[in-house]
Amino acid sequence: MNIDSIQNGFVIDHIPAGRGMKLYELLGLESLDCSIALIKNVGSRKMGKKDIIKIDEAISIDFDIIGFISPEVTVNIIRDGVIVEKKSMALPKVLTGVIRCKNPRCITSCEQELVQKFKLTDPEGHVYRCVYCETKANYDN
Amino acid sequence: MRSLIDILDFSAEEVNALIDDAKDMIAHPEKYSEICKGKKLATLFFEPSTRTRLSFEAAMLELGGSVIGFSDAQNSSSSKGESVSDTAKVISCYADIIAMRHPREGAPLVAANAASIPVINAGDGGHNHPTQTLADLLTISREKGRLNDFTIGFCGDLKFGRTVHSLISALTRYEGIRVVLISPEELALPGYIKKDVIEKNGMICTQTTDLEAVMSELDVLYMTRVQKERFFNEEDYLRLKDSYILTPQKLKNAKSDLCIMHPLPRVNEISVAIDDDPRACYFKQVLNGKHVRKALIVKLLKEAGAI
Repeated sequence: MNIDSIQNGFVIDHIPAGRGMKLYELLGLESLDCSIALIKNVGSRKMGKKDIIKIDEAISIDFDIIGFISPEVTVNIIRDGVIVEKKSMALPKVLTGVIRCKNPRCITSCEQELVQKFKLTDPEGHVYRCVYCETKANYDN
Repeated sequence: MRSLIDILDFSAEEVNALIDDAKDMIAHPEKYSEICKGKKLATLFFEPSTRTRLSFEAAMLELGGSVIGFSDAQNSSSSKGESVSDTAKVISCYADIIAMRHPREGAPLVAANAASIPVINAGDGGHNHPTQTLADLLTISREKGRLNDFTIGFCGDLKFGRTVHSLISALTRYEGIRVVLISPEELALPGYIKKDVIEKNGMICTQTTDLEAVMSELDVLYMTRVQKERFFNEEDYLRLKDSYILTPQKLKNAKSDLCIMHPLPRVNEISVAIDDDPRACYFKQVLNGKHVRKALIVKLLKEAGAI
């Protein structure tokens, strides 16, 4: 499969296989007009299979969202066709306005204008909990 | 602005100081009878809870303050669609402190983020009820003379019982607490609380379905109600319900200084025959709830600079 190299933008690499589409959605990439490639199930020596997203525009990216999807992800920042920075991700301590609480008894389920906020409560287990009701969340929310 | 939404909002030192203040209020009520004179507590009860509301109101009245509020969402602006944030901002213009009960989990936190006065969580759905936990801690402290080095048995519905979850969280901060979990498998303590609270804090914990088998080990027995609606089929409920009804017979091997607690209301899980037993502490718990709410109101008003 051939995908053109990009001039200015990002290569989001080492996305665990199957989470690429979710990351695409959470980053709001569907609303962009630039060239974007989502490549699924690419062979990887380290991971077996992985997903990759290439974005050919220097957009503003919320790296917390990428870290939330997986701290294993690496982001290559490309300028003028050259990698100028290779960023490692980390689990964000707080995740604001990214995912929604699924607890129907949570105050956020009836007061829609409240900002959805989750705190990292167990970094080892990758567990986030809603700051309002403490319901567990993951990237499927 | 300091509020109390979750029992862990306060450090162990603050909780201990609050318990000491409550004891001083019990010993010297006259010292505090006018400390909140001219101050108003707003009890915003978006769902009915007569006992908790009256406990807060009695507490404020005994401190010389006054009380405004509502006891049902139908009597509030929320029935017109007002948000919790707006209600909290409006009430901040009328009162000096808020006690809020709400059926939605997290509503008191939303109120605390918006209000310019302290907010006390008086229960948010099945989530938190920190002043019940303070009442429980004051009861244990008064009855046992300490908050460390004891064995506490939690019996009944440990899955849905928020008072159990909160008290276990609060007890992680004291030394030498041994927890015995007594419940049918269907109503066992949720795995995440065992992992995130008990195991993470290195608490000694055992689990059983047999109350009588562990009775002699307990210093404190915290009873909760096994509710029929929690079971998937009636057969299981009928099989298990009587196992967790405390009777004088089941207490025959209990320690002479056992402290029997219950967050109330009770249905039939503690036989009325036990009410006259000096080890029955559940009505003392109610009284302690009022005392510790007095101490809490004073603490938060002082920190807000209102008294």
